[in-house]
Amino acid sequence: MLGRRLALDPNVALRPEPFGALAYHYGTRRLVFLKHPDVVRVVQALGDHDSVAATLTACAIAEARWPSFVAALSALADSGVLHEPALIS
Amino acid sequence: MSPRSLVEQLKGGLDAPICLTWELTYACNLACVHCLSSSGRRDRRELTTAEAIAVLDELRALQVFYVNLGGGEPMLRRDFFELVTYAVHNGIGVKFSTNGTYLDATAARRLATMDYLDVQISLDGVDGPTNDHVRGVGSYTAARRAMDHLADAGFGPFKISVVVTRHNVDQLDEFKALADGYGAQLRVTRLRPSGRGADSWAELHPTNDQQRQIYHWLLGHGDGVLTGDSFFHLNALGEPLPGLNMCGAGRVVCLIDPIGDVYACPFVIHDEFKAGSVRDPGGFTHIWRDSDLFRDLRQPQSAGACASCGSYDACQGGCMAAKFFTGLALDGPDPECVDGHGETLLAAAGATAGATPRPAMDHSRPGAQPVALTRR
Amino acid sequence: MDDVATEPTVEPTTADAADELIEDELLVEEISIDGMCGVY
Repeated sequence: MLGRRLALDPNVALRPEPFGALAYHYGTRRLVFLKHPDVVRVVQALGDHDSVAATLTACAIAEARWPSFVAALSALADSGVLHEPALIS
Repeated sequence: MSPRSLVEQLKGGLDAPICLTWELTYACNLACVHCLSSSGRRDRRELTTAEAIAVLDELRALQVFYVNLGGGEPMLRRDFFELVTYAVHNGIGVKFSTNGTYLDATAARRLATMDYLDVQISLDGVDGPTNDHVRGVGSYTAARRAMDHLADAGFGPFKISVVVTRHNVDQLDEFKALADGYGAQLRVTRLRPSGRGADSWAELHPTNDQQRQIYHWLLGHGDGVLTGDSFFHLNALGEPLPGLNMCGAGRVVCLIDPIGDVYACPFVIHDEFKAGSVRDPGGFTHIWRDSDLFRDLRQPQSAGACASCGSYDACQGGCMAAKFFTGLALDGPDPECVDGHGETLLAAAGATAGATPRPAMDHSRPGAQPVALTRR
Repeated sequence: MDDVATEPTVEPTTADAADELIEDELLVEEISIDGMCGVY
Protein backbone atom coordinates (compact mmCIF):
# COMPACT_ATOMS: atom_id res chain seq x y z
CA MET A 1 0.00 0.00 0.00
CA LEU A 2 2.70 2.47 0.97
CA GLY A 3 4.31 2.18 -2.45
CA ARG A 4 1.07 2.62 -4.40
CA ARG A 5 0.41 5.74 -6.40
CA LEU A 6 -3.16 6.89 -5.83
CA ALA A 7 -5.34 9.89 -6.53
CA LEU A 8 -8.88 11.05 -5.97
CA ASP A 9 -11.13 9.48 -8.61
CA PRO A 10 -12.36 12.18 -11.00
CA ASN A 11 -15.95 10.98 -10.43
CA VAL A 12 -15.71 11.96 -6.77
CA ALA A 13 -16.70 15.28 -5.23
CA LEU A 14 -14.83 16.05 -2.03
CA ARG A 15 -16.69 18.54 0.12
CA PRO A 16 -14.81 19.86 3.16
CA GLU A 17 -16.75 20.04 6.42
CA PRO A 18 -15.67 21.32 9.83
CA PHE A 19 -15.04 17.76 10.98
CA GLY A 20 -13.25 16.53 7.88
CA ALA A 21 -15.04 15.99 4.60
CA LEU A 22 -17.77 14.18 2.71
CA ALA A 23 -16.79 12.34 -0.45
CA TYR A 24 -19.54 11.45 -2.92
CA HIS A 25 -18.90 9.17 -5.89
CA TYR A 26 -21.24 10.20 -8.70
CA GLY A 27 -20.83 6.89 -10.49
CA THR A 28 -21.51 4.48 -7.63
CA ARG A 29 -23.69 6.92 -5.63
CA ARG A 30 -21.67 5.99 -2.55
CA LEU A 31 -21.00 8.52 0.18
CA VAL A 32 -18.02 8.36 2.50
CA PHE A 33 -17.34 10.38 5.60
CA LEU A 34 -13.70 11.38 6.10
CA LYS A 35 -13.51 11.83 9.82
CA HIS A 36 -10.41 13.95 10.35
CA PRO A 37 -8.96 16.98 8.55
CA ASP A 38 -5.59 15.21 8.28
CA VAL A 39 -7.16 12.44 6.19
CA VAL A 40 -8.64 15.11 3.94
CA ARG A 41 -5.25 16.78 3.48
CA VAL A 42 -3.63 13.48 2.61
CA VAL A 43 -6.36 12.55 0.11
CA GLN A 44 -6.04 15.94 -1.57
CA ALA A 45 -2.26 15.62 -1.75
CA LEU A 46 -2.09 12.06 -3.11
CA GLY A 47 -2.18 13.16 -6.73
CA ASP A 48 0.92 15.30 -6.24
CA HIS A 49 3.15 12.48 -5.02
CA ASP A 50 4.44 9.20 -6.39
CA SER A 51 3.45 7.07 -3.45
CA VAL A 52 1.29 6.92 -0.38
CA ALA A 53 4.41 6.98 1.77
CA ALA A 54 5.68 10.13 0.08
CA THR A 55 2.29 11.76 0.57
CA LEU A 56 2.14 10.90 4.25
CA THR A 57 5.64 12.27 4.74
CA ALA A 58 4.87 15.45 2.83
CA CYS A 59 1.74 15.94 4.95
CA ALA A 60 3.80 15.57 8.14
CA ILE A 61 1.84 12.59 9.39
CA ALA A 62 3.74 10.97 12.27
CA GLU A 63 4.81 7.42 11.41
CA ALA A 64 2.99 6.05 14.44
CA ARG A 65 -0.24 7.07 12.74
CA TRP A 66 0.59 5.54 9.34
CA PRO A 67 -1.21 2.23 9.95
CA SER A 68 -4.55 3.93 10.52
CA PHE A 69 -4.01 6.14 7.48
CA VAL A 70 -3.12 3.12 5.36
CA ALA A 71 -6.29 1.41 6.53
CA ALA A 72 -8.35 4.47 5.64
CA LEU A 73 -6.75 4.86 2.19
CA SER A 74 -7.28 1.16 1.49
CA ALA A 75 -10.96 1.51 2.35
CA LEU A 76 -11.21 4.55 0.07
CA ALA A 77 -9.49 2.71 -2.76
CA ASP A 78 -11.79 -0.30 -2.30
CA SER A 79 -14.88 1.89 -2.49
CA GLY A 80 -13.66 3.69 -5.60
CA VAL A 81 -13.03 7.09 -3.99
CA LEU A 82 -9.34 6.69 -4.85
CA HIS A 83 -7.93 5.21 -8.02
CA GLU A 84 -4.56 4.58 -9.59
CA PRO A 85 -4.04 7.40 -12.04
CA ALA A 86 -2.69 6.71 -15.51
CA LEU A 87 1.03 7.37 -15.68
CA ILE A 88 2.00 10.45 -17.63
CA SER A 89 5.46 10.10 -19.06
CA MET B 1 -9.58 17.29 17.86
CA SER B 2 -11.48 14.26 18.98
CA PRO B 3 -13.70 12.91 16.23
CA ARG B 4 -17.38 12.88 17.19
CA SER B 5 -19.43 10.01 15.92
CA LEU B 6 -20.84 10.39 12.45
CA VAL B 7 -24.41 10.61 13.67
CA GLU B 8 -23.55 13.28 16.24
CA GLN B 9 -21.87 15.36 13.56
CA LEU B 10 -24.86 15.05 11.25
CA LYS B 11 -27.41 15.85 13.96
CA GLY B 12 -25.59 19.12 14.47
CA GLY B 13 -26.24 20.01 10.86
CA LEU B 14 -23.94 20.52 7.89
CA ASP B 15 -23.00 23.69 6.02
CA ALA B 16 -24.94 22.31 3.05
CA PRO B 17 -27.44 19.49 2.64
CA ILE B 18 -26.11 16.13 1.49
CA CYS B 19 -29.17 15.91 -0.74
CA LEU B 20 -32.67 17.32 -0.61
CA THR B 21 -36.16 16.65 -1.87
CA TRP B 22 -37.56 19.09 -4.36
CA GLU B 23 -41.21 18.82 -5.25
CA LEU B 24 -41.36 20.40 -8.68
CA THR B 25 -45.13 20.72 -8.95
CA TYR B 26 -48.36 20.09 -7.07
CA ALA B 27 -49.92 18.98 -10.33
CA CYS B 28 -50.62 15.28 -10.57
CA ASN B 29 -52.73 13.05 -12.74
CA LEU B 30 -53.31 10.65 -9.85
CA ALA B 31 -55.08 11.10 -6.51
CA CYS B 32 -53.38 8.60 -4.20
CA VAL B 33 -55.19 8.43 -0.88
CA HIS B 34 -52.01 8.83 1.14
CA CYS B 35 -50.31 11.58 -0.90
CA LEU B 36 -47.87 13.34 1.43
CA SER B 37 -48.17 16.58 -0.53
CA SER B 38 -51.96 16.52 -1.12
CA SER B 39 -51.21 16.99 -4.81
CA GLY B 40 -53.54 17.25 -7.77
CA ARG B 41 -53.91 20.83 -8.96
CA ARG B 42 -50.96 22.91 -10.12
CA ASP B 43 -50.35 25.94 -7.91
CA ARG B 44 -50.12 29.09 -10.04
CA ARG B 45 -47.39 30.41 -7.74
CA GLU B 46 -45.08 27.61 -8.95
CA LEU B 47 -41.44 28.53 -9.43
CA THR B 48 -40.72 29.65 -12.98
CA THR B 49 -38.04 27.90 -15.02
CA ALA B 50 -35.70 30.81 -14.34
CA GLU B 51 -36.34 30.58 -10.60
CA ALA B 52 -35.77 26.84 -10.66
CA ILE B 53 -32.47 27.29 -12.52
CA ALA B 54 -31.44 29.86 -9.89
CA VAL B 55 -32.12 27.28 -7.17
CA LEU B 56 -29.98 24.74 -9.02
CA ASP B 57 -27.20 27.32 -9.26
CA GLU B 58 -27.35 27.76 -5.48
CA LEU B 59 -27.29 24.01 -4.93
CA ARG B 60 -24.26 23.70 -7.19
CA ALA B 61 -22.45 26.42 -5.24
CA LEU B 62 -23.31 24.63 -2.00
CA GLN B 63 -22.07 21.36 -3.51
CA VAL B 64 -25.29 19.55 -2.77
CA PHE B 65 -24.54 16.08 -4.14
CA TYR B 66 -27.94 15.23 -5.54
CA VAL B 67 -31.61 16.21 -5.57
CA ASN B 68 -34.64 13.95 -5.21
CA LEU B 69 -37.24 15.37 -7.56
CA GLY B 70 -40.88 14.63 -6.99
CA GLY B 71 -44.20 16.35 -6.59
CA GLY B 72 -47.08 15.75 -7.49
CA GLU B 73 -45.91 14.22 -10.73
CA PRO B 74 -42.64 15.91 -11.72
CA MET B 75 -42.88 14.91 -15.37
CA LEU B 76 -45.89 17.21 -15.63
CA ARG B 77 -43.54 20.19 -15.55
CA ARG B 78 -43.03 21.29 -19.15
CA ASP B 79 -39.41 22.10 -18.29
CA PHE B 80 -38.81 18.75 -16.61
CA PHE B 81 -36.07 17.57 -18.97
CA GLU B 82 -34.54 21.03 -19.14
CA LEU B 83 -34.19 21.14 -15.35
CA VAL B 84 -32.91 17.59 -15.08
CA THR B 85 -30.34 18.18 -17.82
CA TYR B 86 -29.22 21.43 -16.22
CA ALA B 87 -28.79 19.71 -12.89
CA VAL B 88 -26.67 16.81 -14.12
CA HIS B 89 -24.55 19.13 -16.27
CA ASN B 90 -23.80 21.17 -13.17
CA GLY B 91 -22.60 18.36 -10.96
CA ILE B 92 -25.88 17.76 -9.19
CA GLY B 93 -27.07 14.16 -9.37
CA VAL B 94 -30.77 13.63 -9.95
CA LYS B 95 -33.02 10.96 -8.54
CA PHE B 96 -36.62 11.44 -9.48
CA SER B 97 -39.76 9.78 -8.25
CA THR B 98 -42.62 9.24 -10.70
CA ASN B 99 -45.89 7.37 -11.06
CA GLY B 100 -44.70 6.42 -14.55
CA THR B 101 -47.72 7.67 -16.52
CA TYR B 102 -45.58 9.95 -18.69
CA LEU B 103 -42.52 7.70 -18.82
CA ASP B 104 -43.22 6.45 -22.34
CA ALA B 105 -40.76 4.73 -24.67
CA THR B 106 -39.35 8.03 -25.92
CA ALA B 107 -38.83 9.39 -22.43
CA ALA B 108 -37.23 6.12 -21.34
CA ARG B 109 -34.75 6.24 -24.21
CA ARG B 110 -33.95 9.86 -23.42
CA LEU B 111 -33.41 9.05 -19.74
CA ALA B 112 -31.21 6.12 -20.69
CA THR B 113 -28.73 8.49 -22.33
CA MET B 114 -28.34 10.59 -19.21
CA ASP B 115 -25.68 10.13 -16.59
CA TYR B 116 -25.94 10.78 -12.84
CA LEU B 117 -29.65 10.12 -12.99
CA ASP B 118 -31.73 7.58 -11.07
CA VAL B 119 -35.42 6.84 -11.54
CA GLN B 120 -37.82 5.63 -8.87
CA ILE B 121 -41.24 4.28 -9.85
CA SER B 122 -43.93 4.33 -7.17
CA LEU B 123 -45.90 1.14 -6.64
CA ASP B 124 -47.98 0.13 -3.63
CA GLY B 125 -49.18 -3.33 -4.61
CA VAL B 126 -47.87 -6.28 -6.61
CA ASP B 127 -51.17 -6.59 -8.42
CA GLY B 128 -53.68 -4.17 -9.89
CA PRO B 129 -56.32 -4.40 -7.17
CA THR B 130 -53.93 -3.91 -4.24
CA ASN B 131 -52.08 -1.06 -5.87
CA ASP B 132 -55.02 0.73 -7.41
CA HIS B 133 -56.94 0.57 -4.13
CA VAL B 134 -54.51 3.24 -2.86
CA ARG B 135 -53.25 4.90 -6.03
CA GLY B 136 -56.30 4.81 -8.31
CA VAL B 137 -57.60 2.83 -11.27
CA GLY B 138 -55.00 2.38 -13.98
CA SER B 139 -52.02 3.37 -11.86
CA TYR B 140 -50.64 -0.17 -11.60
CA THR B 141 -50.69 -0.56 -15.35
CA ALA B 142 -49.02 2.79 -15.86
CA ALA B 143 -46.25 1.95 -13.39
CA ARG B 144 -45.55 -1.48 -14.91
CA ARG B 145 -45.54 0.01 -18.40
CA ALA B 146 -42.98 2.59 -17.32
CA MET B 147 -40.79 -0.15 -15.88
CA ASP B 148 -41.04 -2.09 -19.14
CA HIS B 149 -40.09 1.02 -21.11
CA LEU B 150 -37.03 1.54 -18.92
CA ALA B 151 -36.04 -2.09 -19.35
CA ASP B 152 -36.53 -1.94 -23.12
CA ALA B 153 -34.48 1.23 -23.35
CA GLY B 154 -31.58 -0.34 -21.50
CA PHE B 155 -31.80 2.26 -18.75
CA GLY B 156 -30.18 -0.07 -16.25
CA PRO B 157 -31.19 -0.52 -12.62
CA PHE B 158 -34.08 1.67 -11.54
CA LYS B 159 -35.86 1.71 -8.18
CA ILE B 160 -39.33 0.54 -7.26
CA SER B 161 -40.57 2.50 -4.28
CA VAL B 162 -43.29 1.07 -2.05
CA VAL B 163 -45.10 2.76 0.80
CA VAL B 164 -45.81 -0.04 3.23
CA THR B 165 -49.46 -0.25 4.26
CA ARG B 166 -51.73 -2.64 6.09
CA HIS B 167 -52.74 -4.06 2.73
CA ASN B 168 -49.35 -4.75 1.17
CA VAL B 169 -47.29 -5.93 4.14
CA ASP B 170 -47.84 -9.54 3.08
CA GLN B 171 -46.50 -8.77 -0.40
CA LEU B 172 -42.93 -7.89 0.54
CA ASP B 173 -41.49 -11.09 -0.88
CA GLU B 174 -43.38 -10.57 -4.11
CA PHE B 175 -42.20 -6.96 -4.34
CA LYS B 176 -38.64 -8.22 -3.98
CA ALA B 177 -39.20 -10.78 -6.73
CA LEU B 178 -40.70 -8.12 -8.98
CA ALA B 179 -37.69 -5.89 -8.50
CA ASP B 180 -35.29 -8.79 -9.01
CA GLY B 181 -37.06 -9.65 -12.24
CA TYR B 182 -36.27 -6.21 -13.63
CA GLY B 183 -32.79 -6.05 -12.13
CA ALA B 184 -34.23 -3.13 -10.18
CA GLN B 185 -33.72 -2.14 -6.58
CA LEU B 186 -36.59 -2.35 -4.13
CA ARG B 187 -37.25 0.51 -1.78
CA VAL B 188 -39.83 0.20 1.00
CA THR B 189 -40.72 3.27 3.04
CA ARG B 190 -42.86 4.17 6.00
CA LEU B 191 -46.31 5.67 5.61
CA ARG B 192 -46.64 8.93 7.49
CA PRO B 193 -49.93 10.68 8.37
CA SER B 194 -48.93 13.60 6.14
CA GLY B 195 -50.94 15.37 3.45
CA ARG B 196 -53.88 13.19 2.48
CA GLY B 197 -52.19 10.50 4.57
CA ALA B 198 -53.69 12.20 7.62
CA ASP B 199 -57.14 11.04 6.54
CA SER B 200 -56.19 7.56 5.39
CA TRP B 201 -53.76 6.86 8.23
CA ALA B 202 -56.20 5.05 10.51
CA GLU B 203 -57.13 2.63 7.74
CA LEU B 204 -53.73 2.18 6.13
CA HIS B 205 -51.01 2.26 8.75
CA PRO B 206 -49.58 -1.14 9.69
CA THR B 207 -50.74 -2.74 12.91
CA ASN B 208 -48.21 -3.36 15.65
CA ASP B 209 -47.98 -7.02 14.64
CA GLN B 210 -47.38 -5.97 11.06
CA GLN B 211 -44.61 -3.63 12.19
CA ARG B 212 -42.87 -6.61 13.73
CA GLN B 213 -43.40 -8.42 10.45
CA ILE B 214 -41.77 -5.55 8.54
CA TYR B 215 -38.86 -5.37 10.97
CA HIS B 216 -38.13 -9.08 10.79
CA TRP B 217 -38.51 -9.14 7.03
CA LEU B 218 -35.99 -6.33 6.69
CA LEU B 219 -33.56 -8.10 9.00
CA GLY B 220 -33.96 -11.40 7.23
CA HIS B 221 -34.49 -10.48 3.60
CA GLY B 222 -33.63 -6.85 3.41
CA ASP B 223 -30.21 -7.21 1.87
CA GLY B 224 -30.11 -4.74 -0.94
CA VAL B 225 -33.55 -3.38 -0.05
CA LEU B 226 -33.51 0.34 0.62
CA THR B 227 -35.68 1.90 3.28
CA GLY B 228 -34.83 5.57 3.16
CA ASP B 229 -33.94 4.94 6.78
CA SER B 230 -37.62 5.49 7.45
CA PHE B 231 -38.12 2.58 9.84
CA PHE B 232 -35.66 3.55 12.54
CA HIS B 233 -38.51 3.69 15.06
CA LEU B 234 -38.61 -0.09 14.75
CA ASN B 235 -35.09 -0.42 16.13
CA ALA B 236 -36.61 -0.65 19.58
CA LEU B 237 -37.50 -4.21 18.59
CA GLY B 238 -33.89 -5.38 18.67
CA GLU B 239 -30.82 -5.29 16.46
CA PRO B 240 -30.80 -1.96 14.60
CA LEU B 241 -31.68 -1.89 10.92
CA PRO B 242 -28.96 -0.69 8.58
CA GLY B 243 -28.77 3.06 8.09
CA LEU B 244 -28.01 6.17 10.06
CA ASN B 245 -31.15 5.75 12.15
CA MET B 246 -31.65 9.42 12.67
CA CYS B 247 -34.01 12.10 11.46
CA GLY B 248 -32.23 14.08 8.79
CA ALA B 249 -34.83 16.83 8.50
CA GLY B 250 -33.25 20.28 8.62
CA ARG B 251 -29.90 18.71 9.44
CA VAL B 252 -28.71 16.91 6.35
CA VAL B 253 -31.78 17.10 4.11
CA CYS B 254 -34.87 19.28 3.62
CA LEU B 255 -37.70 19.99 1.19
CA ILE B 256 -38.14 22.72 -1.41
CA ASP B 257 -41.79 22.77 -2.42
CA PRO B 258 -43.26 23.77 -5.82
CA ILE B 259 -43.77 27.41 -4.80
CA GLY B 260 -40.29 27.74 -3.33
CA ASP B 261 -41.12 27.26 0.32
CA VAL B 262 -38.54 25.37 2.32
CA TYR B 263 -39.66 22.83 4.90
CA ALA B 264 -37.72 20.53 7.20
CA CYS B 265 -38.79 17.51 5.14
CA PRO B 266 -41.52 16.47 2.67
CA PHE B 267 -43.60 14.92 5.45
CA VAL B 268 -44.07 18.16 7.39
CA ILE B 269 -45.58 20.62 4.94
CA HIS B 270 -46.97 22.86 7.69
CA ASP B 271 -46.12 26.33 9.01
CA GLU B 272 -44.68 24.78 12.15
CA PHE B 273 -41.88 23.28 10.01
CA LYS B 274 -41.50 25.98 7.39
CA ALA B 275 -38.04 27.53 7.35
CA GLY B 276 -38.57 30.22 4.70
CA SER B 277 -38.88 30.76 0.95
CA VAL B 278 -36.21 30.61 -1.75
CA ARG B 279 -37.77 33.82 -3.05
CA ASP B 280 -36.67 35.67 0.11
CA PRO B 281 -33.40 37.63 0.11
CA GLY B 282 -30.53 35.24 0.64
CA GLY B 283 -32.35 32.46 -1.16
CA PHE B 284 -32.02 28.84 -0.19
CA THR B 285 -28.50 29.23 1.20
CA HIS B 286 -29.55 31.71 3.84
CA ILE B 287 -32.44 29.50 4.90
CA TRP B 288 -30.29 26.38 5.16
CA ARG B 289 -27.60 28.08 7.20
CA ASP B 290 -29.49 30.64 9.26
CA SER B 291 -33.20 29.98 9.54
CA ASP B 292 -34.57 29.80 13.07
CA LEU B 293 -36.23 26.46 12.40
CA PHE B 294 -33.13 24.71 11.15
CA ARG B 295 -30.99 26.20 13.92
CA ASP B 296 -33.50 24.80 16.41
CA LEU B 297 -33.53 21.37 14.81
CA ARG B 298 -29.72 21.24 14.97
CA GLN B 299 -29.74 21.72 18.72
CA PRO B 300 -29.69 18.55 20.82
CA GLN B 301 -33.28 17.33 20.97
CA SER B 302 -34.99 16.54 24.24
CA ALA B 303 -36.13 12.97 24.86
CA GLY B 304 -38.92 14.47 26.95
CA ALA B 305 -41.45 11.85 27.93
CA CYS B 306 -39.25 9.15 26.41
CA ALA B 307 -36.25 9.95 28.60
CA SER B 308 -36.89 7.13 31.03
CA CYS B 309 -37.57 4.55 28.34
CA GLY B 310 -34.80 2.08 27.67
CA SER B 311 -35.66 2.01 23.96
CA TYR B 312 -35.03 5.71 23.31
CA ASP B 313 -31.41 5.28 22.25
CA ALA B 314 -32.54 2.83 19.60
CA CYS B 315 -35.71 4.50 18.34
CA GLN B 316 -34.80 8.17 18.90
CA GLY B 317 -38.46 8.86 19.68
CA GLY B 318 -39.45 8.09 16.11
CA CYS B 319 -40.67 10.49 13.46
CA MET B 320 -41.65 14.08 14.16
CA ALA B 321 -44.05 14.13 11.21
CA ALA B 322 -45.88 11.08 12.56
CA LYS B 323 -46.13 12.70 15.97
CA PHE B 324 -47.13 16.12 14.73
CA PHE B 325 -49.95 15.07 12.46
CA THR B 326 -51.46 12.67 15.00
CA GLY B 327 -51.47 15.45 17.59
CA LEU B 328 -48.75 13.95 19.77
CA ALA B 329 -46.01 15.97 21.45
CA LEU B 330 -42.72 16.11 19.56
CA ASP B 331 -40.80 15.19 22.70
CA GLY B 332 -42.69 12.01 23.36
CA PRO B 333 -43.49 8.69 21.76
CA ASP B 334 -44.21 8.07 18.11
CA PRO B 335 -47.84 7.05 17.34
CA GLU B 336 -46.45 3.72 16.19
CA CYS B 337 -44.11 3.27 19.15
CA VAL B 338 -43.48 -0.46 19.20
CA ASP B 339 -43.91 -0.53 22.97
CA GLY B 340 -47.38 0.93 22.60
CA HIS B 341 -46.64 4.20 24.39
CA GLY B 342 -47.97 6.27 21.50
CA GLU B 343 -51.19 4.29 21.25
CA THR B 344 -51.78 4.76 24.97
CA LEU B 345 -51.47 8.53 24.66
CA LEU B 346 -53.70 8.66 21.59
CA ALA B 347 -56.38 6.59 23.31
CA ALA B 348 -56.23 8.78 26.40
CA ALA B 349 -56.45 11.93 24.30
CA GLY B 350 -59.24 10.51 22.15
CA ALA B 351 -62.40 11.95 23.65
CA THR B 352 -60.95 15.31 24.61
CA ALA B 353 -58.59 15.83 21.68
CA GLY B 354 -58.93 18.96 19.62
CA ALA B 355 -58.49 18.78 15.87
CA THR B 356 -55.07 17.49 14.85
CA PRO B 357 -52.94 19.82 12.73
CA ARG B 358 -53.98 20.03 9.10
CA PRO B 359 -51.56 20.19 6.15
CA ALA B 360 -50.58 23.74 5.11
CA MET B 361 -52.20 23.52 1.71
CA ASP B 362 -54.47 21.13 -0.13
CA HIS B 363 -53.99 20.86 -3.87
CA SER B 364 -56.28 17.86 -4.20
CA ARG B 365 -58.46 17.95 -7.28
CA PRO B 366 -62.09 18.38 -6.21
CA GLY B 367 -63.31 16.11 -8.96
CA ALA B 368 -61.08 13.22 -7.91
CA GLN B 369 -63.14 10.93 -5.73
CA PRO B 370 -61.28 9.46 -2.79
CA VAL B 371 -60.65 5.78 -3.31
CA ALA B 372 -63.04 3.79 -1.13
CA LEU B 373 -61.05 2.60 1.86
CA THR B 374 -62.54 -0.82 2.20
CA ARG B 375 -60.78 -4.14 1.65
CA ARG B 376 -61.17 -5.30 -1.91
CA MET C 1 -1.36 -5.45 42.98
CA ASP C 2 0.77 -2.40 42.62
CA ASP C 3 2.90 -2.44 39.52
CA VAL C 4 2.39 1.18 38.69
CA ALA C 5 5.95 1.94 39.75
CA THR C 6 7.32 -0.23 36.90
CA GLU C 7 5.80 1.99 34.25
CA PRO C 8 6.29 5.72 34.05
CA THR C 9 2.98 7.51 33.94
CA VAL C 10 2.92 10.28 31.39
CA GLU C 11 -0.04 12.63 31.14
CA PRO C 12 -0.86 12.83 27.44
CA THR C 13 -1.15 16.25 25.88
CA THR C 14 -4.44 17.11 24.22
CA ALA C 15 -2.98 16.41 20.78
CA ASP C 16 -1.61 13.03 21.85
CA ALA C 17 -4.95 12.09 23.37
CA ALA C 18 -6.67 12.91 20.11
CA ASP C 19 -4.10 10.90 18.18
CA GLU C 20 -4.59 7.91 20.46
CA LEU C 21 -8.33 8.08 19.82
CA ILE C 22 -7.74 8.30 16.12
CA GLU C 23 -5.49 5.29 16.00
CA ASP C 24 -8.19 3.15 17.54
CA GLU C 25 -10.87 4.23 15.10
CA LEU C 26 -11.37 4.03 11.41
CA LEU C 27 -10.66 7.38 9.86
CA VAL C 28 -13.27 6.92 7.16
CA GLU C 29 -16.81 5.60 7.28
CA GLU C 30 -19.14 4.81 4.45
CA ILE C 31 -22.70 6.07 4.79
CA SER C 32 -25.55 4.25 3.18
CA ILE C 33 -26.64 6.80 0.60
CA ASP C 34 -30.24 5.92 1.21
CA GLY C 35 -29.71 5.99 4.93
CA MET C 36 -31.10 9.33 5.90
CA CYS C 37 -34.70 9.90 6.73
CA GLY C 38 -36.45 12.91 5.33
CA VAL C 39 -36.36 12.36 1.59
CA TYR C 40 -38.72 10.39 -0.66
